[in-house]
Amino acid sequence: MTTLAERPDVERAGRTRRRTRSRSDRTAIYLLLLPSLLPILVLSVFPLLRGIYLGFTDARAGRNVEVSFTGLANYRELLGDELFWNSFKIGLLWALGVTVLQFLLALGLALLLNQQLRFRGVARVLAVVPWAMPPVVVGILWKLVYHPDAGLLNEFFHRIGADGLRTNWLGDFSTALPAVIIVGVWAGMPQTTVVLLAGLQGVARELHEAAAVDGASTWHRFRHVTLPALAPVIVAITSLDFIWNFNSFGLVYVLTAGGPGGKTMLPMLFAYEEAFRYGNYGYAAALGNVMVVIIVALLAVYLRRRLREAN
Amino acid sequence: MFGRPSRTGRALQYLALAGYLIFLGFPLVWLLSTAFKPPRELVQLHPSLIPSNPTVQNFVQAFTEQDLGRAALNSLQVSLASAVLTVLVAMPASYALARFRSKLGTAALGWVLLSQLFPFVLLIIPIFLILRQVGLANTHAGLVLIYVVWALPFALWMLQGFVRNIPRELEEAASVDGASRLQVLRRVVFPLLAPGLVATALFSFISAWNEFFFALVLVKTPELATLPVALARFVGIEGTARLGPLAAGSLLATLPSLIFFAFMQRRLSSGSLAGAVKG
Repeated sequence: MTTLAERPDVERAGRTRRRTRSRSDRTAIYLLLLPSLLPILVLSVFPLLRGIYLGFTDARAGRNVEVSFTGLANYRELLGDELFWNSFKIGLLWALGVTVLQFLLALGLALLLNQQLRFRGVARVLAVVPWAMPPVVVGILWKLVYHPDAGLLNEFFHRIGADGLRTNWLGDFSTALPAVIIVGVWAGMPQTTVVLLAGLQGVARELHEAAAVDGASTWHRFRHVTLPALAPVIVAITSLDFIWNFNSFGLVYVLTAGGPGGKTMLPMLFAYEEAFRYGNYGYAAALGNVMVVIIVALLAVYLRRRLREAN
Repeated sequence: MFGRPSRTGRALQYLALAGYLIFLGFPLVWLLSTAFKPPRELVQLHPSLIPSNPTVQNFVQAFTEQDLGRAALNSLQVSLASAVLTVLVAMPASYALARFRSKLGTAALGWVLLSQLFPFVLLIIPIFLILRQVGLANTHAGLVLIYVVWALPFALWMLQGFVRNIPRELEEAASVDGASRLQVLRRVVFPLLAPGLVATALFSFISAWNEFFFALVLVKTPELATLPVALARFVGIEGTARLGPLAAGSLLATLPSLIFFAFMQRRLSSGSLAGAVKG
């Protein structure tokens, strides 16, 4: 079987031929890529750049409105805008709260699902269902659960004789934000669980066995074998979760539309209102720019710290 | 192999699992139960978990009175068009990305990650202005265009993975046998790529079906509204008795993605599609 030995050479020859077959080949590649790249350029890259630029202008809704470059005026205004600061604080609480709770709960669930437990199949299916639901439906679902008169939660408190705990969960100033955060956790847990479970299944069995033989307790094995092996997955999924949560819109729009009294006015909702209720395009875009900068800054701090820990 | 946990350890594990099942499952049960409750049970002072006289009246009402039928048809139209277009556009590009190394390709894939970072607000205003300029604002065509572009980066990434799994040798063998390039693509690559095409189409369908923000902003005429937008409007006019049809409509809106997830279950649990459907 000399062909076997010759094969790499044939392959290499083929590759160099491909590389030198240049001009007609290159046009072919570009022709193949064009139908995808063109729409992405026109309707994704360009709008984004223009959106960033709009943040430095006084663009407003309406036809034939003159747009002029205003530099940092929008940002100066944002600095003094109490509603913005309020919304920003809520957004941060929401994004951090949801991401952290989501991660802790998902890790617990993934660890359980990785064990030989009964009902594991049911739990696996249930764990994925919220993922399959449109965000609007998740919002409606939890509106039904939180409903002050016909809701599951208030009825539950009534049945266990704790009528004092019944409240208008989404309408009360003190409970609205926590209630909405719980919905965020519920909706985002599946992705995180699935990713963590996949990561757990990648942790080498031998390591666990070796540690067990050495007499390490369950907690020690978790702390010193599982967690370090899982670290890259954890960093990736928590970063993504944080971005998604910070930019989330539909869920809270349906649940509270930012109310009561702006207690759940996430930055995205705030920007939406500025842009499409008041027509302040420039101001809303500036808000978007600020959000990007903040997300990148927070992620940079987080990732740097994780990297340092890893070294 | 993990060392047998003690009896109390096991019990604690089951307790935790029960907690998860309640947290994850009960809201779903409540949606189901509300969807099948007759009006009288809906306005009852103390609602029950299981409806005592289940009815499908809510489903009928959701379709007739609330016009969710039309919204569902709109959604179906938009999602189908997005799915077909995404696959058609992504197919050639994914082949090029998988078979030839090019900087353009890497840049396109990098955009997948980068585009996640930017809030929709930054995109939506310019997109709205562009669509209005070309007369596609407030049309399904405009919405489809946006959905295709939005699904493309991930579709490309997914499809080129499928192309990579087709051994290059098969194509080479066919061309040695005298098949033209086009024939190779049609007779060899295309049939082997079919599962990948279906998966990509499904992904694109579902992301269009579930999408809310663009649909809310770009389509203003109520008759053109997609299902999520129609459902969200429906929330605004709730009275307790209306909750039934609302729940019924929500349930129906979930069906396509549920079927999709059942279909993709194996891939999902292996984690290879993690992040496929953005919440």
